[in-house]
Amino acid sequence: MRDRLIFAGQLGFTLLVAAFLVVPVLLSISAGITVNYFRGIQSGVTLQWVAQVWGLYKGEIGLSFLIAFATLAVTLVVGVPAAYGLHVRGGRLSRVIEEIITLPLAIPGLAIALALLLTYGGFGGFRQSWLFILVGHTVFTMPFMVRSVMAVFASVDIKTLDEGAASLGASPWTRFCNVIVPNALPGILAGSLMVITLSLGEFNLTWMLHTPLTKTLPVGLADSYASMRLEVASAYTLIFFIMIVPLLVAMQMFADKGEKQ
Amino acid sequence: MNAITGHGAAVHIIDCGKTFPDGTQALAPASLDIIAGETLVLLGPSGCGKTTMLRIIAGLETPDAGGRILFDDTDVTAIPIEQRHVGMVFQSYALFPNMTVAENIGYGLKIRGVGKADRAARIAEMVALTNIGGLENRRIDQLSGGQRQRVALARAVAVRPRVLLLDEPLTALDASLRDRLRSELNRLLRSLGITAIYVTHDQAEAMELGDRIVVMRKGAIAQIGTPRDVYFQPQNRFVAEFVGAANIVEGPIAQGRLSLPGGWLALSDAADAAAAVAMIRPETIGLVAEGGASLCGTVESVSFIGDRQRVIVTGAASKPLTIDAPNGINVEIGQRVGLSVASAAVRVLPKED
Ligand SMILES: Nc1ncnc2c1ncn2[C@@H]1O[C@H](COP(=O)(O)OP(=O)(O)OP(=O)(O)O)[C@@H](O)[C@H]1O
Ligand SMILES: [Mg+2]
Repeated sequence: MRDRLIFAGQLGFTLLVAAFLVVPVLLSISAGITVNYFRGIQSGVTLQWVAQVWGLYKGEIGLSFLIAFATLAVTLVVGVPAAYGLHVRGGRLSRVIEEIITLPLAIPGLAIALALLLTYGGFGGFRQSWLFILVGHTVFTMPFMVRSVMAVFASVDIKTLDEGAASLGASPWTRFCNVIVPNALPGILAGSLMVITLSLGEFNLTWMLHTPLTKTLPVGLADSYASMRLEVASAYTLIFFIMIVPLLVAMQMFADKGEKQ
Repeated sequence: MNAITGHGAAVHIIDCGKTFPDGTQALAPASLDIIAGETLVLLGPSGCGKTTMLRIIAGLETPDAGGRILFDDTDVTAIPIEQRHVGMVFQSYALFPNMTVAENIGYGLKIRGVGKADRAARIAEMVALTNIGGLENRRIDQLSGGQRQRVALARAVAVRPRVLLLDEPLTALDASLRDRLRSELNRLLRSLGITAIYVTHDQAEAMELGDRIVVMRKGAIAQIGTPRDVYFQPQNRFVAEFVGAANIVEGPIAQGRLSLPGGWLALSDAADAAAAVAMIRPETIGLVAEGGASLCGTVESVSFIGDRQRVIVTGAASKPLTIDAPNGINVEIGQRVGLSVASAAVRVLPKED
């Protein structure tokens, strides 16, 4: 009886918290498909705002995904071997390098952006291209990839596995492909999930780095909030959701599968 | 050249020391020759540098400048582990969680480009040799500790390494399993005729497996010898006490006799000394009647261990003596007893400071 009460209490509280977080989201989404938000849902349901946003901002949306996956590619290609190197080598130098990689976590995105602008702003072609934003996103997301991969390395004693493979004759590259990457997969997937999500949602840094021709989803979102009617901005939110949620679910499923192995 | 032919190599360790970057001297420069085909055990307490020595031989650690490692006549000091053609069994086994048992065993063969059919044959051979039939398609996390140990061994041996290196392979197992696997391992090493270097801190393991034992202490070699040498003729007090149980007695030596508080012991040829240290193994002391015995004492305690009884006798030497007596004889606490020790069983140790 008492257990029941406690359970009911906990369930109630959880639902309340969930509602607190979810209701604004639902309201926002519903606004995106309402003909006139101020008159309420009675005014009718429409996809015209969504269509309008798509028409206006599909460039931004495409660019966002391009940048997100490019960022993922760079963090994978650079981050995974870096994590391996740092873990296997160990010692003080590795610690220092790890700290440096982690630094962007503690520095506001605006400051990173400013630093990038000061340093590379003069290279016109580079400054104008989406690669400039890619660099910002890579700096910002790299620690998440490196950290989550290193966490797995520490938990599966990758160094001994590596030595085991070496004792059987495998060259460093073969070891990396056969032993390191497969056993780090849960961390790599978790890291990838973070990188994609962070890149798609990144605003601070991107807002500083963007040009009128290189805008991402969140920057466009801010744009539409500032200059469009509320229904359009909400429709934008809806599109953002539709894009990112399946991605999150898919990668979460991957991560679960990786952990079970 | 057939990639899987191999043979036991002789290993020569020449002046190999190891100082880690943080300044720890794990190993003082030492030289050691390992005969092709023998099982050499590195024995010593925790932190004495056994693993470091093994890792230097494997190529996982480079010796300090001046140190060299030779396999037969080839200098391998600068050759990385993957080209040394060694087999290694790690304390934690280091089996690949992303592969099945069979894939683990076949990994080294695959790396060496052995064809699928040959590989399968060799895997089957290893599975039979290490008694793990039926487990081939299991994942590593579905194995017991003992099974993992066997897979690790099968994987290391499958490539016919020139030298097999084992770092405390049985330490992670419980006692009864350890005993069983120890004799299994012993048979396997003998039948393979492989050069094996085996690290342990367990002296019983060292005795059973080793053709020769290297007793190590604080990064240096304390003694090298056959199990019998090391047990009966320890060269110093550390070896005497670390390998097996030992009574250490002290007293002056004159005219071939070691004088003790409770009498004297006859020695087989020993120089006179004002203060000498000698070792006597507990099982070499016989309990006899007090009358006529050259050394006497009082029984302080008797513990029945099953196959023998452990008797502690005070008054004979300055410290209580431990005696392993047959389980049939009747001794009581407080009883006066005579002690008989063959002169050959008293080992006078060099003086140390
Ligand atoms: N990478 C390292 N850096 C610094 N010191 C080390 C390192 N590896 C080992 N040592 C030190 O070197 C000494 C010898 O270590 P080693 O691992 O060879 O001992 P061991 O005889 O194998 O001990 P155990 O029985 O506990 O495994 C120890 O004092 C240890 O702390
Ligand atoms: Mg060790």
